[in-house]
Amino acid sequence: MEQLLKVSNLQTGFKNDREIQKVLHGIDLEVNKGEIVGLVGESGSGKSVTSLSIMQLLHGTPGKVLAGEINYKGVDLLSLKESEMRKYRGKELSMIFQEPMTSLNPVVKIGKQLTEIIMLHLKYSKKKAQGHAISMLESVGIPRAKDIMESYPHELSGGMLQRVMIAMQISCYPSLLIADEPTTALDVTIQAQILNLLKEIQETSNMGVLFITHDLGVVSEICDRVIVMYAGRIVEELSVDRLFEDASHPYTKGLIKSIPIIGQNKKKLFSIPGTVPSPRNMPKGCKFAPRCEFAMDICWQKEPALLDSNYGKSRCWLEAEDKEEAYDSKYSYRS
Amino acid sequence: MTQSTLIEVKGLTKKFPLGKKWFKPNGYVRAVDGLDFTIKKGETFGLVGESGCGKSTTGRLINGLIEANEGEILFDGQNLVGLPDSQWNSYRKRMQMIFQDPFASLSPRMKIKDIVIEPLDVHYPKMPKSEKLEKAEKLLEICGISKFHWNKYPHEFSGGQRQRISIARSLILNPELIIADEAVSALDVSIQSQVLNLLVDLQVEFDLTYLFISHDLSVVEHISNRIGVMYLGDLVEVASKEQLFKNPKHPYTQSLLSSIPQPGKQDREKIILKGEIPSASNPPKGCKFHTRCPFAMDICRKEIPENIHVDDDHVVACHLYS
Repeated sequence: MEQLLKVSNLQTGFKNDREIQKVLHGIDLEVNKGEIVGLVGESGSGKSVTSLSIMQLLHGTPGKVLAGEINYKGVDLLSLKESEMRKYRGKELSMIFQEPMTSLNPVVKIGKQLTEIIMLHLKYSKKKAQGHAISMLESVGIPRAKDIMESYPHELSGGMLQRVMIAMQISCYPSLLIADEPTTALDVTIQAQILNLLKEIQETSNMGVLFITHDLGVVSEICDRVIVMYAGRIVEELSVDRLFEDASHPYTKGLIKSIPIIGQNKKKLFSIPGTVPSPRNMPKGCKFAPRCEFAMDICWQKEPALLDSNYGKSRCWLEAEDKEEAYDSKYSYRS
Repeated sequence: MTQSTLIEVKGLTKKFPLGKKWFKPNGYVRAVDGLDFTIKKGETFGLVGESGCGKSTTGRLINGLIEANEGEILFDGQNLVGLPDSQWNSYRKRMQMIFQDPFASLSPRMKIKDIVIEPLDVHYPKMPKSEKLEKAEKLLEICGISKFHWNKYPHEFSGGQRQRISIARSLILNPELIIADEAVSALDVSIQSQVLNLLVDLQVEFDLTYLFISHDLSVVEHISNRIGVMYLGDLVEVASKEQLFKNPKHPYTQSLLSSIPQPGKQDREKIILKGEIPSASNPPKGCKFHTRCPFAMDICRKEIPENIHVDDDHVVACHLYS
């Protein structure tokens, strides 16, 4: 499989009044051509910061990429100047955001917003760009595409706007699409439509997709591989077919068990005790140790590395046979 | 054993005026359009539907936060619609509400203990302070907030903890009915399951009846005994949980159930609806669902379907079954 994106040891921090607070502690991930990779985790786990770091959209925020490498088709995106990055953004890599209502400009007609990006990246004439935009809108299932080109965002519903966003992001035939919770703000019946559409587009164009979500149900609908994040780290990675039976990290297992499943008729749900620790107050060893039912002595002392497990990778001492070797040297200086 | 009825709703309707032109409204949105259902004592009645279907409006109507235009709400036999304010209070303390957004539903300038005892200040002004605090302490403890946090303000708590505080506040008047409007929707999965478990425990301990409003079918399935499905202000199907999930009758319920992303079940047959939800200010004539219904017939475009009893405790409003 052809590799599109390889992120290694990505570390991102946010500056506050006194210090730089690290929120990503060495993320390693890959997205190949023609595959949908799910990135899951609870709020604050760093999923969105990962996607913003890849797209380099942290300008104007206190955030900054501190270390690491983001390799896209052999080019290190972090070494590019902003003007060079602009040629990639929207053309090679594009991104769909969670709230379609706030990510389109409310005072510009949809047609203009669509043709702008096509004229910029594909260098089409205005007329050709308009034709292309209309065919794109039709391909995402928008009826009366010509009329929609003349409307403003507030005239459309959430599901329609998300279709417009998808049309816009695929109009320049990107190789990699980052979708950050694209269906979270939508109703279930509309969500089903949009997921179906994304899968169809991905299959015909053979794009790579990094699909960010907090919903494991959505992951199992659409993704091929899943990466689980906790407290700014990747804790598990495995194929979706294996996720529900063979997940090995206690956090992933706990997440799966805490979802109510229809027809299960359990009186009580499993729940992971406690809450995610705040970045200022992280435990010393494994960051999940305080909430983990299997925590051992070593878990409190040292942070495990992301090791090969039966069906993927897992950051857990239970997986490590040789405890000494498994110690993640990347983290040694921090404790 | 037949359970006695706590709430009986008949023909409940709420119209919101749309804009104004020369002091007369331009028309009405029928947010809730003639609902009939009952909630029995000690059960959990789930109300599901997509945004804008009127499920929250129904909760607010029952709690008296907004006034109904037509219909009856019988609470323990007493009709609450049109009841004068002076009599409302004695009913209001028997039902309490938990809201969706735990960041907006707690006053940011009050300490936790004051938030929890405020309902007592309103309804029992003569109760000594020490007694109020004692009650509050007991409830906060049960809801998992230790005494150590008492003098803190809401911003110092996480979403899950705030929802626990809201729950403690809703219980302090010893209510019979709790209306939970999307009470766990803003929470992460691991926290959501903690709060759901708490709600189940409290129901047993305090003998509560829940009206559980949510858009999340798997959560509703987990917690409810009976479920009502709403679409554009209408209740399209009411049934016991087992009936509804095993044998959904209404095409909308069927497609809604097949749309839920379920972990680990990839190759299910799915019914994907075409089109968007029509606007509530101008709903389709006849059956409101006919524009998206895969089985729509001629009669669906003309006549509003009646409620049909297809089974014990299973009511569906659809022409397919008449």
